Amino acid sequence: MEIFGVPSALLGSQLLVGLINGSFYAILSLGLAIIFGLLNIINFAHGAQYMMGAFVAWIALTKFGINYWVALLVAPIVVGALGVLLERTMLRKLYKLDHLYGLLLTFGLALIFEGVFRDQYGISGQSYPVPELLEGGVNLGFMYLPIYRGWIVIAALAVCFGTWFMIEKTKLGAYLRAGTENPQMVQALGINVPLLITFTYGYGVALAAFAGVLAAPVYQVNPLMGSNLIIVVFAVVVIGGMGSIMGAILTGLGLGLIEGLTRVFYPEGSAVVVFIIMVIVLLVRPAGLFGKA
Amino acid sequence: MTSAFQPHPEMLRILDLHSFYGESHILHGIDLKVARGECITLLGRNGSGRSTTLKSILGLVGRRSGSIMVNGKEVIDEPTHRMARYGIGYVPEERAIFASLSTEENLMLPPQVATGGMSLDEIYGMFPNLLERRNSPGTKLSGGEQQMLAMARVLRTGAKLLLLDEITEGLAPVIVKKLGEVITELKKRDFTIVMVEQNFRFAAPLADRHYVLEHGEIIATIPAAELPQKMDWLHQTLGV
Repeated sequence: MEIFGVPSALLGSQLLVGLINGSFYAILSLGLAIIFGLLNIINFAHGAQYMMGAFVAWIALTKFGINYWVALLVAPIVVGALGVLLERTMLRKLYKLDHLYGLLLTFGLALIFEGVFRDQYGISGQSYPVPELLEGGVNLGFMYLPIYRGWIVIAALAVCFGTWFMIEKTKLGAYLRAGTENPQMVQALGINVPLLITFTYGYGVALAAFAGVLAAPVYQVNPLMGSNLIIVVFAVVVIGGMGSIMGAILTGLGLGLIEGLTRVFYPEGSAVVVFIIMVIVLLVRPAGLFGKA
Repeated sequence: MTSAFQPHPEMLRILDLHSFYGESHILHGIDLKVARGECITLLGRNGSGRSTTLKSILGLVGRRSGSIMVNGKEVIDEPTHRMARYGIGYVPEERAIFASLSTEENLMLPPQVATGGMSLDEIYGMFPNLLERRNSPGTKLSGGEQQMLAMARVLRTGAKLLLLDEITEGLAPVIVKKLGEVITELKKRDFTIVMVEQNFRFAAPLADRHYVLEHGEIIATIPAAELPQKMDWLHQTLGV
C-alpha cells in the first residue's frame, strides 16, 4: 500500500521516529519552559542533565544491578536533587540580572558536566538493554511497531499531560502560574516563592533526566547525547513560545512529526526543517505560536 | 493557628524605619503606631514615601532598617513570604490580579494564615459581582471588580491588619462609595487598616488618624477630631 507514492511501512516508520523524537522534544522543552517561566533562566545545562539521567540509569544498572523501572524513578530524583543544589548555590544569585548571565552560567555547567563524563567514560556510547517487558514488537498491518518505542510515546505523553494538569488544575500550579507573573506579590500573599523556585528547577531538571532514561535503550548513552539534542529543543521552545506549557508540548510533538515527514519526502531537509520553521515563526510571530506578546 | 493573633493592643508599631532602593534612601526614620481596630491614612504628595512605607512593612524594598512590631512581635528581619503569617493582608496600588488565574483562583490563591477569615459565602455576599464573574480570567474584570477581588483575596486569609494602597484610584464614584461601605464594615469587625490614599474625601470620614509624609518623613500627625482646624494647612501641603 502506498500513500502519496510512498510505501505505508516507510511512511509509518518515519512518522513513528518523528513521534519519538517529538516526545523527547516535548519533555525537554516542557522542562525548559517551566524553568524559564518562573526563574527567568535559559537553562543551557538541560541537555547535559538529560545525558546525566541516561548515565545514572546506565551506572545504576551496570554497577548496582538496578533495573530500568527503578531507574526511571531514581535517576530523575538523583539528577533533580543535583538541580536543587545548583539552584540553591548558584542560580539564586542571578535572578535579578539579565537572562544572559543565567545562560552563560548554565552553558558553563553543561560543558563541565559533559567534560566530567567524557573524562570518565570516553565518547564511545554505552549500550543500555531494552527492558524485558518491552522487548519485541507488534505488526500493525501497515508497519512494524517496536513495543519500546510505543512505550516512549505513551510515557512521554503521560508525563507531559500530567505536568500540564499539575500546572493548570492544582493549587501548586496556581502558585506557579501566579509566581511566573508577579513573584513579589505572591510572596506578599504568604507563599514561599524561593522554595517554589527551587522545586520548579528541580522538577524541570528531573523531567530532563526522565527523558534521558527513556532514551537510554534507543540511543547510545554518551556524554554528547544532550548537546546534540538541546539546540533543536531550544528551537522548539522558541517556536512554541517561551514560558508556554501547552505550547511546548504540542510544538515538540508537532515538530517531531514534521521532521519525520520531511525525512520521507525531502530527506536532505530533515536536519534543518525545524530551524527553517523557527525563522519563519520569529519573523511572523516573534512571541512564538503559543506565547503571549 | 498562630500565636501572632493573641490580642495585643498595638497592632502595628514602626520605629525609625529607613528604606532604600539600591543607593536611594527613600524613608528617613518613619515612626507610627496603630492600635487594634484603628484605621489610619498615610497622606502626602506623589513620591513622599507613602507606598514605600507599606512595601517596607512587607519587606518589598531593597533594604530596610529600624523596627517593625506587628501585634507585639518584631518582624523587621522576617522574609516577605512570612509576613502574611503575622496577619498582614496587602492590597497593592496596581491590584496585582493574576491574568493566568480565574477570579476564583485569584481569590483562593493566598494560604489561610489564621482562623477568622471570611468564608467564600461572606465574601460573595459583600462583593456579589465576584460571584457572577468567578470563572472569568482575573484581568477580564472591570477596574472596580479587580479592586474588589484584590480586597476580597486578603479578607479570606484571616489577615487582621490590612495595608491598602490607593484602593480608589481610577474608580467610578459608585465603586468608591461601595469601597467606603466595605471599609466601614471592616472597622466594625475590628480590622486594623493602614490606607495610602489620594482621595482625601474618601479617607477623611473613615480614618481615626492621618499621618502626613514629605520626603520620606512624617511631618504631621492629625487625629480625626483635629481635622477641621487643619484643613487649610492640609490642602496647602498636599496640593489638593
